[in-house]
Amino acid sequence: MSKDMMRAFELYQPDSVENAVELLGRFGPDGWAMAGGNDTLDWFKDRVKYAGSVVDLSGVEALQGIRETADGVEIGAMTTLTEIETSALIQERFSVLADSARRVASPQIRNTGTIGGNVCQDTRCWYYRYGVDCYRAGGNSCYADTPQGQNREHCLWGADRCIAVTPSDTAPALVVLDARMVIVNGDGEREVPAEEFFIGPDIDIERMTVLEPGDLLTAIRIPNDWAGAQFYFEKVADRNTWDFPLVNIASAMFVEGGTVSRIRMAAGAVQCVPRRLSVVEDIVTGSAPDEDTAALAGQAAVRGATPFNYNHFKIPLLENLVKRAIRDS
Amino acid sequence: MTDEKTLVSGIDVPAPESGTDGGGVLGAIGRVGASRRQFIKGVISSGAAVSSAGYVFGGMAGCSTEQAPTVGGVERLISLNVNGETRRVDVLPYETLAMTLRYKLGLTGTKLGCDRAECGACTVLLDGVSTYSCSTLTHTVRNRAIRTVEGLEGPNGELHPVQQAMIDELGPQCGFCTPGQVMAAVALLESKPNPTRDEARFAMSGNLCRCGAYDHYLNSVMRAAQSA
Repeated sequence: MSKDMMRAFELYQPDSVENAVELLGRFGPDGWAMAGGNDTLDWFKDRVKYAGSVVDLSGVEALQGIRETADGVEIGAMTTLTEIETSALIQERFSVLADSARRVASPQIRNTGTIGGNVCQDTRCWYYRYGVDCYRAGGNSCYADTPQGQNREHCLWGADRCIAVTPSDTAPALVVLDARMVIVNGDGEREVPAEEFFIGPDIDIERMTVLEPGDLLTAIRIPNDWAGAQFYFEKVADRNTWDFPLVNIASAMFVEGGTVSRIRMAAGAVQCVPRRLSVVEDIVTGSAPDEDTAALAGQAAVRGATPFNYNHFKIPLLENLVKRAIRDS
Repeated sequence: MTDEKTLVSGIDVPAPESGTDGGGVLGAIGRVGASRRQFIKGVISSGAAVSSAGYVFGGMAGCSTEQAPTVGGVERLISLNVNGETRRVDVLPYETLAMTLRYKLGLTGTKLGCDRAECGACTVLLDGVSTYSCSTLTHTVRNRAIRTVEGLEGPNGELHPVQQAMIDELGPQCGFCTPGQVMAAVALLESKPNPTRDEARFAMSGNLCRCGAYDHYLNSVMRAAQSA
C-alpha cells in the first residue's frame, strides 16, 4: 500500500465563515476543516484518517489576524503561530502565549501552522497514529497500556481506557489566560472557556475537544484579566525542534507586597487535557513566591500521579517545572 | 525503435525514411494525421517516449488511479506564480505543492525528504516566507508568489550570495538537504540581513541535515550575511 499518496478528496475553498460552516454542516462526519494542513496531510498520507470533503479555511479573511477588543484581544483561529509569536500586542500583554507559540514544532511549521489548528490537533500516541484499532480509533484495546507498551510519552492522570495526552504547547497558555473559544455552527455562535474546550476519554474517547462535526472554531478571545502578569512558560522535549512536549508548563501570577495575590497554572502532556494545577494555585496564593513555597507546590502538584512503565520520569519533571514557574517567573 | 516498420505496418503508415532522426512515431503521425488510437499505440511502441515521461510524471502515478467526485470543488486548471513567471498547470485537489513543482513543472531542485513536514528538504518561499511544500496543498497557494531554489539564479546565471557562501564554506556534504537549507537561509536574510549566529541557528532549525553539517551551514549563512 502506498503511504505517501493521499486518497482522493474534493477540496472546497470558502471565502466566508458562513460558507465554511454551511459546507461543514452539509458534509458532517465526511467533512474536514483544514487550517495550516501540516497535521491534516500527515493523517491523509498515512491513510489512517480520511475525509471525502476537505474545507480549506485559508481564504476566509475573517478568521485571520489579531484584534484588540473592548475587554481584551481576539485572535482569529487561522492566525499563524509566527504571527502570534511576533505580535507586539501579544508580547506586551500575554507574553506566555507568544512564548508557547515560539516553542511549537519548527519555523516553517509555525509559518503556516495556526493557533486554531494547534489547539484542535489530535493526540500523538504513536499506536493511535499508526492506525491500530485502539479505543480512540473505535476499537476495544489500548496498545500503550500493556506490559510491553511503549508509554514514555503517555499520561500521569485521567487514564480511562486511553492513556494519550494533549500535544499542544499553546493550550496550557490559553487555559492559564482563561481564554474563550468561539465556536460557530449552523445554529449560531457559542463561547466555551479554554478549560472546558478540551475533553478527556471519560467524556468522549474519540475526540480531544468539544468540537463536533459541523462545528468550526473561529476565534480565541483573551480577556484582560491576566494582562501584564508575571508569566512563565517552559517546554521539555527530546529535541528543541519539531518534538512535542514531554511536559510543558504555563503560569501567570500577580505579586503584591511580596506575596502572590493571584495565580493560574496549567501543565500539558501529563493528561489528555491541559491539566489545571488548582492545588498549586491554592497553596501559593497568599505566600511569598520563594524556594519554600515552590518546593511545597511542586510536591503537591504531582500528588496522585499514576505513571505507567516508562513515564515515571514525568513526575520529577513536572515537580521541577512547577518549582521553576513559581520561583523564576 | 528497432522494429518501426513492423509495428506500424498494421495501420498503414509508411516507415520513416532512413537517415531522418525525427522519424519514428511523431514523424509518422505528422505525415498522415493519425488517429489518437494510433498515436497511443505508437507511443507504447516507443521506449524512449515512455521512459522520459516516466521520469517526469512517474511520481504522480498513484494519484491518477482514483477519481474524486467532481461536484462543487476547486477547478483543476489554475495559474501559479512561480519564480516570477505565471505557470498554467492542471492540479489535483489533493496534490501538494512539492508534487506540482517537481512532477508537473519540472522544478526538481525542491527535494522531497520525509514528505511529512519533518525534515525541511522541500522548503520553498511563499511571499518570502519559508514553508514546507510537501505539506501545502497547491490549490491553497494560487495567489501567492512561490520561489524555489531555481528562482535564485541571477540574470546572467550567477549564484545567489547564499549559494556562493555555501560553496565557499563547504556547507553541504551529500547535498540533498541543501536546496531547503538555501531557501531557509534566503528567507532569514531577506527579513533580517544581519542575524546573530544564534538567530541564524534558530531560523535554520526547521531543516535537518543527515550528514550533520549544521555548523558548516551556519558558517555559510553568516558569510552570506556579511557579503550581501
